[in-house]
Order: sequence, then structure tokens, then C-alpha cells
Amino acid sequence: MVNPTSESAFVQFDRVQKSYDGETLVVKDLNLSMPKGEFLTMLGPSGSGKTTCLMMLAGFETATHGDILLNGTSINNIPPHKRGIGMVFQNYALFPHMTVAENLSFPLEVRKMGKSDREAKVKRALDMVQMGDFGGRRPAQLSGGQQQRIALARALVFEPELVLMDEPLGALDKQLREHMQFEITRLAHDLGITTVYVTHDQTEALTMSDRVAVFDDGRIQQLAPPDQLYEEPENSFVAQFIGENNTLTGVVKSVSGDACVITLDSGEEIDAKPVNVSQPGERTKVSIRPERVEFNKDRLNPNAHTIKAQVKEFIYMGDIFRFRLSVAGNDDFIVKTRNAPDAVKLTPGETIEIGWLAADCRALDA
Amino acid sequence: MADTTANGPVLAADGTPLKQSLARSLRRQKMRALMLIAPLLVFVLLSFIFPIASMLFRSVENGIVQDTLPETVAALQQWDEQSGELPDEEVYAAFIRDMIIAVDNKEHTRLGSRLNYEETGMSSMFRRSGRAIGRLDPVEDAPFKEALIDIHDGWGEVGTWQTIKTHAVPLTNGYFLNAVDMQRTVDGAQAQPESKQILITLFGRTLQMSLIITGACILLGYPIAWLLANLRMRTANLLMILVLLPFWTSLLVRTSAWKVMLQQQGVINDTLVWLGLVDDAARLVIINNQIGTIIAMTHILLPFMILPMYSVMQTIPPSYTRAAKSLGATNWTAFWRVYFPQSVPGIGAGSILVFILAIGYYITPEIVGGTKGVFISNRIAYHISSSLNWGLAAALGTILLAAVLILYWAYDRIVGIDNVKLGG
Ligand SMILES: Nc1ncnc2c1ncn2[C@@H]1O[C@H](COP(=O)(O)OP(=O)(O)OP(=O)(O)O)[C@@H](O)[C@H]1O
Ligand SMILES: [Mg+2]
Repeated sequence: MVNPTSESAFVQFDRVQKSYDGETLVVKDLNLSMPKGEFLTMLGPSGSGKTTCLMMLAGFETATHGDILLNGTSINNIPPHKRGIGMVFQNYALFPHMTVAENLSFPLEVRKMGKSDREAKVKRALDMVQMGDFGGRRPAQLSGGQQQRIALARALVFEPELVLMDEPLGALDKQLREHMQFEITRLAHDLGITTVYVTHDQTEALTMSDRVAVFDDGRIQQLAPPDQLYEEPENSFVAQFIGENNTLTGVVKSVSGDACVITLDSGEEIDAKPVNVSQPGERTKVSIRPERVEFNKDRLNPNAHTIKAQVKEFIYMGDIFRFRLSVAGNDDFIVKTRNAPDAVKLTPGETIEIGWLAADCRALDA
Repeated sequence: MADTTANGPVLAADGTPLKQSLARSLRRQKMRALMLIAPLLVFVLLSFIFPIASMLFRSVENGIVQDTLPETVAALQQWDEQSGELPDEEVYAAFIRDMIIAVDNKEHTRLGSRLNYEETGMSSMFRRSGRAIGRLDPVEDAPFKEALIDIHDGWGEVGTWQTIKTHAVPLTNGYFLNAVDMQRTVDGAQAQPESKQILITLFGRTLQMSLIITGACILLGYPIAWLLANLRMRTANLLMILVLLPFWTSLLVRTSAWKVMLQQQGVINDTLVWLGLVDDAARLVIINNQIGTIIAMTHILLPFMILPMYSVMQTIPPSYTRAAKSLGATNWTAFWRVYFPQSVPGIGAGSILVFILAIGYYITPEIVGGTKGVFISNRIAYHISSSLNWGLAAALGTILLAAVLILYWAYDRIVGIDNVKLGG
């Protein structure tokens, strides 16, 4: 199976498998192709094989099976130092015995660049991450965020076309992380670098990337732009993993084109959009995003599907109100509303009617 | 926020100044801690510090001449040792009086041995004269000068009396002078006669060979430590057992094994001859010389190099080397520019350990070193157990101790002792 986009692909994984111990596959049948200049994020739970994929691309692990192509040529037999891939490690891996400037000039030295060129480039790279005054310091004398920026500058200073980042912001606090997210995307776009970014923070993945690959169990569960990933998850893992999600379980009663009817385990019947169900009788998990559920009677769409719900809990979060409801046997059904003057405030114990559009209710695999 | 009053010091709850009550509670804590370690402290003092101090003191202590011959020493004050003439009858009479008491207490032979370190022949002179002097009467048999010279010609030589006078001081630098191939004479410190000069050479050899052994241990130990730190757990553990195996075998057994291996009819020579690399008539001499000592000691001290290196290398994350390679460094550059500098503290710790152990090593050079491959420690052992010149042994030991401390200090200045890591 040759991917139709493989001609223009800059990075391509072609049916790649990886096993460390010869017993279990950590990466199972990975197919992925990235055009030049794309910012792609690998998102997934711990142990899903993200780092392994990155290491195979960087050349520190070899694929057990399959091909990895860079610019159309297989890199399986190219040693790491000849791949010209910049890498930011999870713990930064700044060399502790060198100063910041020496760390940055290291990749230039091994490329036998002249001293004046080196100094100019190091200075430019430091200025790029706003660390111009820190060249003489040791990594241990920098804060976590500063180290992170130096690691980024070091990965970019030799102008690689491809940069890999393995959870580079994992150790930073929220504010700094958000700042660095912005910084990294800006740099990547300004310099036109192709980036593979690994994280298990979904907000990070959604805000930074052109496309997100959701990993689980050694496979890409869905590869799509952020909005599509959030709004149109292709299976229940992705629906659960990305954002907040309400799940109702049931059996498919009938399918007709773009609509289907699901009999929930509690007996009610609801309309849904079939995503990966096709046969009546299949078990399914129905996914509805909290913000797509309406409980204000005045705003309810006439076409909406309605169902009874009992209010269990009110959670005040400042800008929004969250309510936990009991719907069709699910006690963790969440709905949200903006803290506006006309917001409806539900009281625990009350029974109300909620509704949603069949198109927002996706019938996924069980 | 009311912990400082407007004027005066901060007060504790009971009204005493806070500083004072803090100091009191800390003092009580310290006392309690001290009480807990007190038995151990006493034990260490008695069993470790006290013997070392007494050894150090022995290297200068020299009361024996004055204690055994008090009157003689006093009388010799009047005698001009540079004049070239024998002392007066007064000195001889004093000497006889001292000796009669010494012979009674059987102390004259000990004095003879002491002076024999300085002037050969003294020991037998004292022993032989002792019996005859014991028969003399301090009053009736005067004058003594002729009589004594009759008993032994040595008493008629100026040199004998010069030796007694120069070594009559209670605290002497004589042992230290001896330790550096010099001696205390009437004309001040002088070089030993050429035939007795050996210790400086031995010190030099000890230093030089310890350096060679340390270097050999670094070269052999580094790759092993690297393997230990980088192999998979199971293989590494197996290798670790092999490294530690020598610790579980007696030192004597290991050294003797080298004797079997290295001798001219030994395993190594046999193999080389069998391979045709060495002619049967020209078998290698690799034992009872420096080569033998270096080979055996490198083997024995190798674990002391490997273990600190290993514990440092274990703490170097593999991501550093990976980062270097991803930045374009070849395997060698990544190793040399990134991995090696970070492993230097391990080399430092191992080197200090091996060097200090080597410089004081004794058993192995004794067994495989012959005469060319012995260390200063072997000489110390000889003076302690054979020649019984404990003063000289103590002086040699003190110099060795000082040398180690100076080297340690120099190392600290150059490399920095904080850079030495013995464990993770
Ligand atoms: N060197 C290795 N030897 C054996 N198994 C390994 C090795 N490295 C990773 N694994 C296994 O491979 C699986 C995937 O690991 P990987 O490091 O790729 O996960 P990850 O997605 O990066 O997780 P995280 O988010 O926690 O970093 C895990 O089950 C892990 O135990
Ligand atoms: Mg990882």
C-alpha cells in the first residue's frame, strides 16, 4: 500500500513496527506522512509508543519492520549523526560541563564551521530565544524555562529541516508552558521547520499543531487537524481522550444513511450519527460533548432530541457553570453553561429536560 | 507578625531571649548526639588515633642514650668533639659508673643496638664490654681510661665518643635524616656513605611505580566500567561479580597465583614459547622485578578503580550522548567531548584510591617484586620486624603519610576534591 501523498511527503513512516523484547509490539503498523513545514503532534497516554517513534526517527532505535523515509530516501541505514535532525529531549540534555554558548556552538563545531561564523550563529540563536545575555552561564545556573529555551536554541542553531521535541514543556509551570507553546509554534512557523512534537497534554496538542496524531496501544487512532479531532472523533478512545466527553452505551437499532437509532442500556431510544457502526445489533458508545447539550428550554432547537435528566451536582468554576447530571443510567453526565446574566442555574435534585442535535451525537465503537 | 517587639530582642514564650533559648536547646541536642557516639569515639581514639600518634612520636623520640648514660652525657658536655682528642678520665669514670648500673639492669645491649644503627660495630662493642665492665668496681679500679681501652679498642677511638655525644639528644632528627639517606654527625647533617644510600631511590621508585600502576588501572578499568554502566542489567550484574571476585579471594592466594603465572617456567612464558613468539632460550623475565610488581598490583587494585568509575558513569544519562549525536557528533566525538568529561570525577576518585593504596602496598611487592621491585613499605616492614629500628620505620612511615597528604592537597588544588565522587 503506497500512500498517495508519498510523493510530496517529507517524513514518512511506512508500515513501521517496533518490538523491544521480541514478544510484544510497542509500535504496531505505523503509517504516517508529513509534508514539509508541518507541525505535527503525537498525543497519547503514557506508554503508547510516542517516544519510541521519535527515537526511531532520530536513529536511536531501529524499526523492527517497515521503512522510515526522509525526503523520499530510507533512513534506516543512516547513523543518527548524519540525519541532520534537531532534537529537544524531555530532560533537555544540555551538556552540564559546557557553558550555554559552548552547548550551542557544539553542533557547529562538529560541522567544522569557522569560529566567526559560529559565534555569529550562536548569538543569533540566543537572541532568537531571548537569552542573549546568558551565553557564559552553565546549564545548572539556569531556571527550567531558560534551560528549555536553550535546548530549543541548540536544536535549531544548525538549521535542521526537521526538529523533534519530546515533551519539552513537561517540567514547566502552567504560565511558562503556555508562553513557551506560543514561542515554539512561532519559531517553527517563522523558520519553516517541520516539527514532530510529543506530548500527553491535549490542550498543548490542540493549540500548537497543524495536525495531531492520537496514539494508543502502538497505533495512530486518529490523525487530523485539531478542530476535526475534537469535533469529529473517529472512535471512542479519541472522543474520551480529547476534551470532555459524555458517553452513553447502547445497541444499534437501525441505521439509515446519515442517521441511526440507538437503544440505550436504560431502554430509551435516541437518534445519533453513525460514525463507526453499520449493522443493527452492534454495541456502541455514543459520545456527546458537554457544550453541545442544551438545557435552557428557551434555546432548545425544535429538531433537538430530548431526554429526561436529574441534576446531581452544581460545580461553580467562575467563568462557567458545570452541572453533573444523571442521564439514562450515566451519573457522570456533564453539561456546561457560560456564566452569563441569563444563565439557568439548576439545583441538585431537580428533574429537567435536556436536548441535543442528532448530528452532535456520534455513535462510535463500543 | 508580632515576633519582634519595638525595642529589645525577640523573646521566647517563657520570657528569655529567643537566641539564648535556641542556643540552649541546640546545645542539649548536640550533647545528646555526642553521648550517643561517645563509645565509638573513645574506641576510635584508642585503637586508631593513639597508635598513629605514638608512631609519629617514635620517629623523633630518642631518650635512650641520656636515660642509660646520664653521667656520661653530662660529662661529655665539657669535651670538644672537634678537637680530635679522646675525652678525659672524668668521662671514662662517669661512663663506667653508668655502665655498671646499665649492665645490672641489662640495658646496655639495647643501647648498643640503638647506636649500632648509626655506627656499625657498636652493638657488639657494648655487648662484649658489658661483661668485663660488670666486674669492675667504680671506686677501687680507677683510673678507667686505660682499662676500658684494654677491654675493647673501640673505646680508644674518637669516633665512638662522637657518636655517643651526637646522639645524646632526647628528641632527634636523626631518623628523618636517615630516612632521606643522610646522617647526623658531629659536623651536622651529612650524606650517608654511598653504599648505604637506598631509601631515596626506594621513595622515587614507589612513587613512579604507583603512578604507572594507577595509569594501567585507568586504561584497563575505564572500558570495563563503561561496559558495566551501559550493558543490560543481567549481563552487567554478571560482569560485576567477575569484578568483585578478587575481593573474595585471599590477597596472598592471588599474588601467589601471579608467581606461578609469571615465572620463567610459568604459564605465560610457556604459552609464548609454544606460540613461537619467544625463543625457549630467551624466556621473558617478568617476575622478581618491577614488571612483576606492576602486573600483579594492577590486577589487585583494579576493582578500586572500576567501582568509583562505575558509580559515576551510572549517573550519566544516555540522553547526553544521544543529544550529542543528534547534533551531528560522530560516536567518537560524542564520547570524547560529552561522555568522557562527565566521567572524569570517577577517574579522579579511582586514581586517588588506587594511588594511595599502591604507595603503601607491601605484600605483593614482597612476593613478586624481588629486589628490584620492592616498595618503601617493604623497607618499613624490614625495619619493624628484622632490624628492629622502629625509629627509622616510624620516620619513613611519617614521610609516606606526609607525601600522601601533600598529593591529596595538590589534587584538591588542581582538580578539586568536590569533583571526586565515590558514589552516585
Ligand atoms: N528501551 C526499552 N526497552 C524495553 N521496553 C521499552 C523501552 N523503551 C520503552 N519501552 C516500552 O515501550 C512502550 C512504549 O514506550 P514509550 O517510551 O515509547 O512510551 P511513551 O508514549 O513515550 O510514554 P510517555 O508518555 O510515558 O513518555 C512502553 O510500554 C515501554 O515500557
Ligand atoms: Mg515518552
